[in-house]
Amino acid sequence: MYVAVKGGEAAIDNAHALLAHERRGPADVPEIAPDQIEHQLSLAVDRVMAEGSLYDPALAALAIKQARGDLIEAIFLVRAFRTTLPRFGHSEPLDTARMAIERRISATYKDLPGGQVLGPTFDYTHRLIDFMLAAGVTPPEPAEAEPECGAVPRVTDLLDGEQLIEAETPRDGEPVGDLTRAPLDFPADRDLRLQALARGDEGFLLALGYSTQRGYGRTHPFVGEIRFGEVMAEFVPEELGFAVPLGPVALTECQMVNQFHGNAEQPPQFTRGYGLVFGQSERKAMSMSLVDRALRTREFGEDVVAPAQDEEFVLSHCDNVQATGFVEHLKLPHYVDFQAELGLVRQMRAEHEAARETLREAAE
Amino acid sequence: MTDGPANDEQIQPQASADRSVAARQALMATMAAALYEELGAALASLGDVPAATDIRPAESGLVMLRGRAGGDGRAFNLGEATVTRAAVRLADGRTGFAYHLGRDSRKARVAAILDGLWQGPERPRVEKALAGLRERLAAAAETKARRVAATRVDFFTMVRGED
Repeated sequence: MYVAVKGGEAAIDNAHALLAHERRGPADVPEIAPDQIEHQLSLAVDRVMAEGSLYDPALAALAIKQARGDLIEAIFLVRAFRTTLPRFGHSEPLDTARMAIERRISATYKDLPGGQVLGPTFDYTHRLIDFMLAAGVTPPEPAEAEPECGAVPRVTDLLDGEQLIEAETPRDGEPVGDLTRAPLDFPADRDLRLQALARGDEGFLLALGYSTQRGYGRTHPFVGEIRFGEVMAEFVPEELGFAVPLGPVALTECQMVNQFHGNAEQPPQFTRGYGLVFGQSERKAMSMSLVDRALRTREFGEDVVAPAQDEEFVLSHCDNVQATGFVEHLKLPHYVDFQAELGLVRQMRAEHEAARETLREAAE
Repeated sequence: MTDGPANDEQIQPQASADRSVAARQALMATMAAALYEELGAALASLGDVPAATDIRPAESGLVMLRGRAGGDGRAFNLGEATVTRAAVRLADGRTGFAYHLGRDSRKARVAAILDGLWQGPERPRVEKALAGLRERLAAAAETKARRVAATRVDFFTMVRGED
């Protein structure tokens, strides 16, 4: 029997009021402002933008405040916000070769055109808690040096010059898949896979990338290059007919260089995995590039033997808003479903008991 | 390119005047990076200028930002960005447009007016009014570049032997 359940409105209202109170915390501690989050917890903001799939630092900072620092909740808020806005169109492809470099490193070449710059990084820190930060010390002015002018070519372009690495082809005539407009279908092309990975959960992709390193679909990766900095976003409005600069977008790009592929016509070459993420997130960009390469298994005629190579598995589970929605729905009332299960288990137990009774009688 | 047809009949395609397009793009890039207060002050400093009416009231929406596989390969949808746009017509018929990252509709409207003014006799005055802003942005970029440059790695090759 279906039983409609109502009630709890007052409890829900009061729970939300209590949430707002707890969010604010003790009244004698100054309230945090979204611009403090935006500028002082900027890597959390970057993660919310990347996985919320919406570039808007101020909005992401506000979402983090609203979510009390629960980043997946903040990502959920950002995803919901984007559904309220019309889409004007799509940008010109971001040209990462024209990035204003703030960090650029390579694990494959020591000396490369444009050089290696560390930028603001946790690398080489000792990971010791810095109690000076609790005391509120003003950091010293950063050092300065004369910038080197000149191009900063992608490392893959250097290898490409000798055809030692597979070339990418723009294929600009082809439509670009958009999983926010049409449901994912398998097999999915690389454009859709990269879109899904770019907005995918950092932890999930990190674990999958790690699994490939541990032998579950090994690809022998090297970090050809990681770069972080700002790229001008450009959009061509119909009424203007030329590329309008929208403003700079901060991006992290990872070029993963992997072991070889070749065939009868094509001598062996390095293969590529690619990561591109909003904001500064090397861990995410690196994980994305490892998983991108793993998901190209079929393309290279290799066998799918590991989870990271299984595109249906990866793409169906990498979205943390979808995942949290389905996992967390379990806590919502399932009273009727559970009544049915209760009835079923009672019936099964009665049948079990009856069968044992029959056996006992037969034995006597 | 836009996904759908333009939603306003009044907005006519403009014959983009080729060599001045680059200059206009530079102006737009400057204004996209500016604060509302800076653009408002620049407009106020121009004094008497043709009045502007909205062709399309400032509105916020989304632009899907695209990347390319490997940086130079096949395009893919990276994720959206909030973008605010405005379109104005000046009293003498000139039109001005603005498209900026973010959700600041006041800023987009002022930028659209300045874009319209820049395309006529007010261009030198607009350029002059934005000179301070340009200097600020250039100085900020220079400082950032100098700080990044100080983190450049100089490798030393360790040589064994040779006393």
